[in-house]
Amino acid sequence: MVTRQDYASPVRPTWCPGCGNFGTWNSLKKALVKVGLEPHEILIVSGIGCGSKLPDYTHANGLNTIHGRPVIIASGAQLANHRLKIITTHGDGDSFGLGLSHFINAARRNIDLVDIIQDNQIYGLTKGQYSPTSDPGFVTVTSPHGAIENRINPVLLALSVGATFVARGFARDVEHLSWLIAEALQHRGYALVDVMQPCVTFNRQNTYDWYGERAYKLQESDHDTGDLQAALQKAQEWGERIPMGIFYQREDQPAYHEYLNVLQAAPLVDQPLGQWTEEHLQDLVEEYV
Amino acid sequence: MRITNNMTFLFGGAAGQGIESNGAGFAKALARTGLHVVAVPDYMSRIRGGHNFYQLRVSEQPILTHEEPVHMVMALDERTVEEHTRDLVPGGGMIYEQDSKVDAAALEAQDVQPFPAPLKRIANEAGGSEVMINMAALGVAAGITGMDYEAMAGVVRQGFLKKGEDVVRANLEVSRQGYDLGQERYAAGFDWKLGSREAPQRMTIDGNAIFAMGALLGGCKMVCAYPMTPATPVLHWFAGHGDRYGAIIKHVEDEIAAVNMAIGANFVGVRAMAPTSGGGFSLMTEALGLAGISETPLVVFLSQRPGPSTGMPTRSSQGDLLFTLFASQDEFPRLVIAPHTHEETFTTGWRAFNLAEKYQTLVVVLLDHHLSSMVRTVLPADLHMDQVTIDRGKWLDRAALDNLSEPYLRYKMTDDGISPRAVPGHPNAVYSATSDEHHEDGHIDSESVATRTAMHAKRLRKFQTALADIRPPFTYGPDEAEVTLIGWGASYGAIREAVDRANADGARVNMLHFVDIWPFPVEPVQALLNKAGRTLTVENNAMGQMGMLLRMMTGHQVAGSILTWDGRGFTPEDVLAGLQKEVR
Repeated sequence: MVTRQDYASPVRPTWCPGCGNFGTWNSLKKALVKVGLEPHEILIVSGIGCGSKLPDYTHANGLNTIHGRPVIIASGAQLANHRLKIITTHGDGDSFGLGLSHFINAARRNIDLVDIIQDNQIYGLTKGQYSPTSDPGFVTVTSPHGAIENRINPVLLALSVGATFVARGFARDVEHLSWLIAEALQHRGYALVDVMQPCVTFNRQNTYDWYGERAYKLQESDHDTGDLQAALQKAQEWGERIPMGIFYQREDQPAYHEYLNVLQAAPLVDQPLGQWTEEHLQDLVEEYV
Repeated sequence: MRITNNMTFLFGGAAGQGIESNGAGFAKALARTGLHVVAVPDYMSRIRGGHNFYQLRVSEQPILTHEEPVHMVMALDERTVEEHTRDLVPGGGMIYEQDSKVDAAALEAQDVQPFPAPLKRIANEAGGSEVMINMAALGVAAGITGMDYEAMAGVVRQGFLKKGEDVVRANLEVSRQGYDLGQERYAAGFDWKLGSREAPQRMTIDGNAIFAMGALLGGCKMVCAYPMTPATPVLHWFAGHGDRYGAIIKHVEDEIAAVNMAIGANFVGVRAMAPTSGGGFSLMTEALGLAGISETPLVVFLSQRPGPSTGMPTRSSQGDLLFTLFASQDEFPRLVIAPHTHEETFTTGWRAFNLAEKYQTLVVVLLDHHLSSMVRTVLPADLHMDQVTIDRGKWLDRAALDNLSEPYLRYKMTDDGISPRAVPGHPNAVYSATSDEHHEDGHIDSESVATRTAMHAKRLRKFQTALADIRPPFTYGPDEAEVTLIGWGASYGAIREAVDRANADGARVNMLHFVDIWPFPVEPVQALLNKAGRTLTVENNAMGQMGMLLRMMTGHQVAGSILTWDGRGFTPEDVLAGLQKEVR
């Protein structure tokens, strides 16, 4: 049986003491153990940023890619081998800056992957610039008079393009977040887990306390996760109170790969290679004579 | 003067008049009469209107290129008459709608035979729709040249089968009436004739399709793309064949997505490629380096068109050579293959995937619009299935991984630079790859001097190792020559025919032609240059990029260059004209 020790890497994280990434990382490992996935059965794809170093600190198949692209790379890996459980871990800059269109497209395609956003509302690794999820008015080195843009609302955006599993967690609440990730791992299709995780070095506004005072659990209310309208309503709540938990979930929609005829037989990677013969060539030639 | 089985047709009209589809059908019919055909579509970047034409050269001898003089024009509109009268040889014929403003006397004054015909009436009366003037005009041309009508009828039957018996019957009737009219009214006065010959069946196929066919047979199972002329047909081809041959396609949000998706698929062990043109390739550049540093196999098919930026979307160019060799930051091994014929393009289709897996890196297949869209007769026997091999290089299969005796190192140091490769899924080979510099086990080390120095050198050793698979440029013509023409990629046919014609006129010209360009085969090229005559590169770009590359890699300064950057693929006439200027 898989244990957390199986996921132990010889490399220690370089994250700052108290970094929100620790909570997300621990929650992920806990969830993997809970659903019984072994390191060779998963592939963690990340981008660039502090959080994207997660695969290096985890004994599992990993691919730490380039900025903004993990979700589309993961999509390619998923279609090529749908037996692997694919997880992406990357920050809000990676996901909603360069990666915005891949996020939207993975969600609307219902690619079978768990997309964990390490959302600290700031750029950490590049030393404290505002991010697409920063609140308006947020002052940073690149928004000296306060951010002028509206913030991207990952939950609302995912819902608007038909995401089939949309959740938000909090890095300090490992019990709850690991439950969310475990649910996401068992979901059929695209699953968003947007994690509120403080950057203790550069974001002095969105701190553990800031999130802690506002966060409340949807699953402790009468929220119906099958009700899209209710989910859309809850998704717009951001300020004095911030809902977390599963906003929306449906299991009746096939994942993208389930629609592909070729993949009915077996994962693409397991299908024969080099099976073509002179007869196949002649069949193709026939189209042109 | 009667000339048999050696002529060029030009079939022209507006976009939407079926020039390319019916032209391709005509090429197929000509091939079925046992002749060799080269057809080059020339179309504008628009859906309706404008001016498109399809130029078909026919010969009893094998041909690799189109040529300039035209012997018969089939004009579906007046603009075709205006634009192409000057292309006709003296005594050549112009087929056009008789109920139009075309001035027959003006044509005669230019030594062109006017062949007015009631194309609209035939289309309407025999076919029930004016759309069929294309079939009427082709029928007239076939009748005048004496082409076997049955070959044409066979293609019509096959081509319109899906649209139903009525459509087949209408098109047959239209082409037949055109044929009879052409034969009766004009055949006697036209010197260029076509006669059927006994010959093995030949395919008529374009460069994109034959590449796709080779790739499929070579185990390509996934094509990720964003539509971009002239590479789009590769995506279409796979879309049409995927279900039957176990391949999937994904039309994604942009070329950044396309190439990254292909990298993801290759990373887990599936042969995947991303076809595109220059603009898309520009978007892909960052990801190319990811394939380089993570040592992930990747095939990118790049069919060039003129730029910069949007440039000329439906035209041809060889302007991306140097860009392709160096695109993406810093240094990493890659292979660049620029096939020169349809047969070689087929080979490149499967070979590229073997090279990508063998060297665990990027392979760029460099075509251009000219070869991508050129339809040519190809003998099926020249496509050798027995040579189509699957070589995954140092691939660790399940059995090898089951028996692994020591911890798996994805980036193990080796003399040849290639490390044994396992893909995710086996408990004995769990590792994390990264775009950062890294240790042998894949863990990030983006700080140490020793790791960086060793790992960068290891990757670059693959460049040296890959030279074993790189063929020196192909040679053609006499061993000793006054002038040596140096080309690469799709211009081969035109240069080769120019060499033949120049030598027939008493010159002494030979050629060197690059197909495997990168890593650059320095030593064999130097040896060939030592024996060469006065060197001239022949290139579809303005800066003479192959000349620059030769100088950079060998120190050889070419004596000159024959350069065009007009968006059109080379004809033998272009090369001969350049040759004359250069060796005056």
